[in-house]
Amino acid sequence: MWARPKTLTPAHSIVRSPKTEMFRFLSFTTFLATWWIAALFAGGEKLPPPPAVLAAIVEAANSGALFLNLGVTLARVALAFTLAMTLGTAIGYLMGRIRLADRVGDPWLILLLNLPALVVIVLAYIWAGLTEVAAIAAIAINKLPTAVVTVREGTRALDTTLDEMARVFAMPRWRAFRHVILPQLAPYIAAAARSGLSLVWKIVLVAELLGRPNGVGFEIGVAFQLFDIPRLLAYALSFVAVVLIIETVLVQPFEARVSRWRPRAA
Amino acid sequence: MQLEVEIARKAFTNAAGERHDVLVDLKFVLGAGEVGVFVGPSGCGKSTMLKIIAGLDQDYQGRVVRPADARIGMVFQEPRLLPWRSVEENVRLAAPRADDVALSALFTVLELNAHRSHFPGELSLGLARRVALARAFAVEPGFLILDEPLTSLDDALAMRLRDQIATLVDSQSVTTLLVTHDVDDAIRLGDRVFLLSSRPARILAELPIRTPRKARGEAEIAAIKAEIARRTNGDSANGDAL
Repeated sequence: MWARPKTLTPAHSIVRSPKTEMFRFLSFTTFLATWWIAALFAGGEKLPPPPAVLAAIVEAANSGALFLNLGVTLARVALAFTLAMTLGTAIGYLMGRIRLADRVGDPWLILLLNLPALVVIVLAYIWAGLTEVAAIAAIAINKLPTAVVTVREGTRALDTTLDEMARVFAMPRWRAFRHVILPQLAPYIAAAARSGLSLVWKIVLVAELLGRPNGVGFEIGVAFQLFDIPRLLAYALSFVAVVLIIETVLVQPFEARVSRWRPRAA
Repeated sequence: MQLEVEIARKAFTNAAGERHDVLVDLKFVLGAGEVGVFVGPSGCGKSTMLKIIAGLDQDYQGRVVRPADARIGMVFQEPRLLPWRSVEENVRLAAPRADDVALSALFTVLELNAHRSHFPGELSLGLARRVALARAFAVEPGFLILDEPLTSLDDALAMRLRDQIATLVDSQSVTTLLVTHDVDDAIRLGDRVFLLSSRPARILAELPIRTPRKARGEAEIAAIKAEIARRTNGDSANGDAL
């Protein structure tokens, strides 16, 4: 069996200097200040000041609705994202490797790439009913083509000389895939995940608004109908906060890990 | 465990659609444990020949019988290491069955012990070539293919590496095919030297060297060199070379 040697250089961690932290904090406070000043000019009706939105967040949090809706939305994002990434990576790899698959798949890819998200969502709801399956499938279908395109590019860029090396040394298929192919695809998969995640964040709310009885998108739809702007912003900002946390805690460390062997930019 | 090669013809089609012969009527047999060295001008098709013999290129007329069930160890012209794996992982991935003692010995001979956990991007070309050699030897090959493993290294390092290759080839006794354009390397490493013509490559002459590698004196090496020079000059006089 192939045993992983224990003497590995540690992965480059994503340590930030205090200076960067300070700039981030500064940029955040500037945003808050601008918001507050704009609220003073526009009037609390159209743009409630930060404390009013904070109060709405606290209220929604206390009732438990905030966490329930955020949780439901996150679950949909996770399912649709996983589905689209898995399928997209597999299809992209096949299309990059096999010419026939590329020929057959390409027109469909162009169709899906240019099909408006709204059309997919509405059709999914019409054909599959206002169900969870329809919502998740619609979100996944929207994300799928970009993942396919990115991974296909990555597969086309695979280094054939390393393939030859793996063949000469008779590496078993799985080991070659894991250690020769996958590390080359990793930056492309990471890029697809990154752009795909932001796409899913955007589309999931539309799908919820149109045909789900809960989730952040549904709540924003209700707030829109009631013209309840503090509630609208409360959900929007909480959602953005969750996205930011996931990006920093999950996505960025993953990217740092897969590219740890590259000499880093200064 | 012998290698039989009969390549009747190998041609490439270039971008303009013209076919060019690269190899024509290339025929030789290499006995078990023998080191065959091919010397020829650059661009004569040596690497193409090695690719066919290694089984990487099936598109040719002829036949190649590799040593039966032999593991192949190969050093390509470029190191071809996995940049995302450490030196030790690179070797172990190609040779999962190599035990720690044998690997340690190999790393010591090739002076790689200090670099086990480095990534290939952190190595000089000379070091990377040594890692490629370590990988090829770690599989304990029955058949070893070396494609110009010493090019673009400085003389002192090339000489040391050549001695290391000689040590390893003698200690493991493998059927070895070495391609080089350096006559000195050929004479010091080979049991038999094949001289190749320029493209399309064919074998001009075959020179067996009977003295064991370690016992070859400078005078003998010089004599063989003169013989090779005489034969290759004859080739260029015929207008074939370059």
